Amino acid sequence: MPRLTVWMVRTALLYLGSGIAVGAVLLAAPGLSLRLEARPLRPLHIEFLLLGWTGNLVLGVAFWILPRLGSEGRGHESLAWAAYWLLNLGVAAVGGGQALGLPGNVALLGRAAEGLAAAAFACHAWPRVRSVSAPHSER
Amino acid sequence: MPRLTRWYVKTAMLYLLVALLLGVLMQGPASPTPIPVVAWPTYLHLLVVGWLTQLIFGIAFWLFPRYSSERPRGNEGLGWAGYGFLNVGLLLRVLGERLPAPGASAGWLLVASAVAQLIAGWAFVVAIWPRVKER
Repeated sequence: MPRLTVWMVRTALLYLGSGIAVGAVLLAAPGLSLRLEARPLRPLHIEFLLLGWTGNLVLGVAFWILPRLGSEGRGHESLAWAAYWLLNLGVAAVGGGQALGLPGNVALLGRAAEGLAAAAFACHAWPRVRSVSAPHSER
Repeated sequence: MPRLTRWYVKTAMLYLLVALLLGVLMQGPASPTPIPVVAWPTYLHLLVVGWLTQLIFGIAFWLFPRYSSERPRGNEGLGWAGYGFLNVGLLLRVLGERLPAPGASAGWLLVASAVAQLIAGWAFVVAIWPRVKER
């Protein structure tokens, strides 16, 4: 497993553990007569699990197992690292911004960072999505 | 494919089938009762927890790097605990949200469901964490 995959998958696991914890609080609250404000917690639950957990996991595993580019190895790894940082800044900004009631621009910037993460990872992975039996020049 | 993965993946496929059938019933125009077949959050969690998460857990347990030559899958007991708690928790949620009127029994079913799913998620994290490593 390459180092970036380790970082992405471990980050995904941290989001899984925390996202499930938030979801458990939301689910258990009525039975425990807890008066929670669901509005800030629900977006945090969704953001942590949908993009924090599955987003990091999918990108990390894709970085690991997509075909390599011959002598270039995994290609432009810096783009994939950029995707990692942008994605997690975005998840923190969107989830944290909504949970803490920060101004809407924080979540907006977070969404922009997530979009840039997708673009950076697509630029990294695009040349690697190819037939493994074909020569490098025949993408 | 290890036995735990087979249980995870086959159970995930059953959840997918059940959730999609419930989706058809939820959309049907001629529902015999005004009470929905299942609540929307139940349907959503049958898909994302019962199918998607369970599939990921099973495949990760199979394909992630080996823990050691003696114990290639690491702590299998935690993996099985995750499987059991995940499915008990999800079924308790279905029951709790299916009860027609919210009351004490439904509330405690949902509390039990929340605790079970939390244990399942954390068991998976603890079980798989040592296998996420550089070669």
